[in-house]
Amino acid sequence: MGAIDLADIVFYILAIITLASAILALEAKEIVYGALALALSLLGVAGFFILLDATFLAMFQITVYVGAIAVLIIFTVMLVRREKWVEKEGVNRVAGIFVTLLVALGMGLVVLQSNIGQRVASKEAASFTQIGVQILSLYWPVIIILSLVLSAAVIGAIALAKLDRG
Amino acid sequence: MEPLVNYLLISVALFTIGVYGLVTKRNALRMLFAIEIIINSATLNFVAFSRFLSTPSITGQSIAMFAIALAAAEAAVGLAIILVTFRLKNDVDVSELKELRG
Repeated sequence: MGAIDLADIVFYILAIITLASAILALEAKEIVYGALALALSLLGVAGFFILLDATFLAMFQITVYVGAIAVLIIFTVMLVRREKWVEKEGVNRVAGIFVTLLVALGMGLVVLQSNIGQRVASKEAASFTQIGVQILSLYWPVIIILSLVLSAAVIGAIALAKLDRG
Repeated sequence: MEPLVNYLLISVALFTIGVYGLVTKRNALRMLFAIEIIINSATLNFVAFSRFLSTPSITGQSIAMFAIALAAAEAAVGLAIILVTFRLKNDVDVSELKELRG
């Protein structure tokens, strides 16, 4: 073990924040707190992006997820919430935890058994200016289709949520 | 820099939490939270793998951007459906939605 790097400490703090608030998002009694915890968890993922030298993507994540989606979710939660909302547990909780542990065990063993751990990151990260070059030269059809999907989704959402129909 | 395995284990843990939420919760909003967590674990995987390529590459980040944008569209439609459900049923419990059951 060498000297403890500051990035390592940040990594573990981020891991604790992200995982704990992800669990809190699902388990918080009051669903508004759940929505806030979800936003915190998404912020933690953005922190991981920064540690992985994907600063532009981290900014994108904060703008789209924390800025747009989390706010949308919080507003919806406030519209939908009722006083003394008793959430019914669906399937047996024990069975759910069992299935979850099986999934975790399987995927975790796959990750740990593979020799993927020996990979080392390249010395310098790819420059984020390459994103612009790539999505405008190689992936331009994706941008067009994505814009159509986004506008279709927004129109569909407005049509669904419209109060007076017909 | 942390090894790739640590990022993958974080991703596995996030995915597992999401699966747990999808399996046990019957509140549509909680299920949407779980889906968002799962999508985030996938994007984290993309970015981690692209950083640990032997030659610097940006492709994983581009794909992650597309995934985030799609997740935004999915959240918009999902929340609209939840609003309509609440208006019809005065609840967002998915086990109450039986209109399409044959």
